[in-house]
Amino acid sequence: MSIDTIEPDTVERIASLPIDQIDVSRPSLFQKDTIGLFFNRLRNEDPVHYCRESNVGPFWSVTKFDDIMAVDTNHKIFSSEAKLGGIAIQDMHSVEGALELEMFIAMDPPKHDQQRKAVTSAVAPSNLQLLEPTIRERACQILDDLPVGEDIDWVDKVSIELTTMTLATLFDFPWEERRKLTRWSDITTAAPETGIVESYEARRQELIECAMYFKGLWDQRINEEPKNDLISIMAHSPATRDMPFLEFLGNLLLLIVGGNDTTRNSISGGVLALNQNPDEYRKLNGDPSLIASMVPEIIRWQTPLTHMRRTALQDWDIGGKQIRKGDKVVMWYLSGNRDDTVIDRADQFIIDRKNPRHHLSFGYGIHRCMGNRLAELQLRIIWEEIHKRFAKVEVTGEPERLFSNFVRGITKLPVRLHAR
Amino acid sequence: MVKVTFVSNNGTRREVHVAEGETAREAALFNDVPGIDGDCGGACACATCHVHVDQAWIDKVGRLEEGGAEAELLQFAEGANEYSRLACQIPIKPTLEGLVLHVPEQQY
Ligand code: HEM
Ligand code: FES
Repeated sequence: MSIDTIEPDTVERIASLPIDQIDVSRPSLFQKDTIGLFFNRLRNEDPVHYCRESNVGPFWSVTKFDDIMAVDTNHKIFSSEAKLGGIAIQDMHSVEGALELEMFIAMDPPKHDQQRKAVTSAVAPSNLQLLEPTIRERACQILDDLPVGEDIDWVDKVSIELTTMTLATLFDFPWEERRKLTRWSDITTAAPETGIVESYEARRQELIECAMYFKGLWDQRINEEPKNDLISIMAHSPATRDMPFLEFLGNLLLLIVGGNDTTRNSISGGVLALNQNPDEYRKLNGDPSLIASMVPEIIRWQTPLTHMRRTALQDWDIGGKQIRKGDKVVMWYLSGNRDDTVIDRADQFIIDRKNPRHHLSFGYGIHRCMGNRLAELQLRIIWEEIHKRFAKVEVTGEPERLFSNFVRGITKLPVRLHAR
Repeated sequence: MVKVTFVSNNGTRREVHVAEGETAREAALFNDVPGIDGDCGGACACATCHVHVDQAWIDKVGRLEEGGAEAELLQFAEGANEYSRLACQIPIKPTLEGLVLHVPEQQY
């Protein structure tokens, strides 16, 4: 939904709310896509905003680009540690019966640094070059099988399929069983309230199954010659081959989770953005070399993760506000990415921007997204191949959005394909 | 103006003239030297302005400060070594006349 289609009384109501009653943690605001109106107010009137009461407890919202950058690069004061609550506005809990998976995204140095260093080469550009031909070949297959001129759901038929396919390629995962990866990604982050798993016990069972499966692949790869898939790299590299198994599993699942919803929603978000901005779609059709700058613009525009959260380790000042030790601090990337004091015409989708990578969607500092080049590679391949085949991917109905304050997701996107 | 030479991975040399006070990142971006991204805007926050300082120049430029923000980021960069620096953290000054910087094949 764009701002023009939001009912006028809603716009007025949002404009007249007392600022201290604004609670941007409500998932429905993201589902209805009215959240941007709230962030506009916060950026203008109270850029570092305290919400006293909410379903996720009290929290600070940091909404401007430069303030977000200051928090993101100050990991000595602003911690990602899981035991303090972790990296999302909703605290990570230790739950009885849940399998505790340790992931370096929710750790501070020095442990974060050791673990990241151990696995980073797997998704570094030089290794991605080796994987590119396979990713492209499989993307072509998926696109070639799509029906032209019929109504289809882009999310299910393309975004999920392409993302799963890439993960399977990265891990050299048995092809016929690739949807297992999607399932494991979903349950890793799932709590029973989401309906994805029945109970923590059921989740535990499935994760053990997942662990056994990867153990099998690990044993197989370690006995083969080194190859360029992630499991083989980790099984053979001195930095990772003696890793305790649960640590290996945690890192592996982090790569799966990190690259799953985020990439999926960027693929969907790009189609939607081009349809909402027909002039940009015409530009693209006239000059496909613009895909290079369009890809980061799509990632800015979508902002697949709305925020990252930190916990203050000591009293600190952000933008003139006094943060107390122990406070929950939320960096709203979705808001910072619309901050027109830093990004020119930030409220517009423009595929030929001068500095398209100057956005917050990947975070900054030591936790900056390790998969950022992989994400861009996937999107670039997909758009190059879409461009060769289809004159237009036309959105034919209202998109449906995810009920979540963390993942900015599109759950349904009806489209019709027009052949070139 | 201070002369700085960027050497790409395939050996191509690009000579640029930089105003004092600009950083090596700006020197590259303002002159369209390929291979330096500088995504964060020069805030020492992304490591996409990674360069290898020519061995003959490393002591004049200065080595990485151990445990500093720059070193923390560079530990994850592909191909980082003892000559690695972030171009946005190298201010250009007259003592660097003739500086040679090597640009890695890809930024990450
Ligand atoms: C458009 C797609 C993507 C977006 C928007 C995205 C976003 C992010 C963000 C915001 C962070 C920062 C976390 C923080 O500061 O606390 C992050 C970290 C991370 N991402 Fe991504 N991501 C994407 C794709 C991927 C892919 C494809 C992978 C797979 C390799 C991946 C793996 C990771 C990992 C391992 C981390 C943890 C880094 C660390 O803590 O040092 N991401 N991502
Ligand atoms: S430009 Fe980001 S670290 Fe230098």
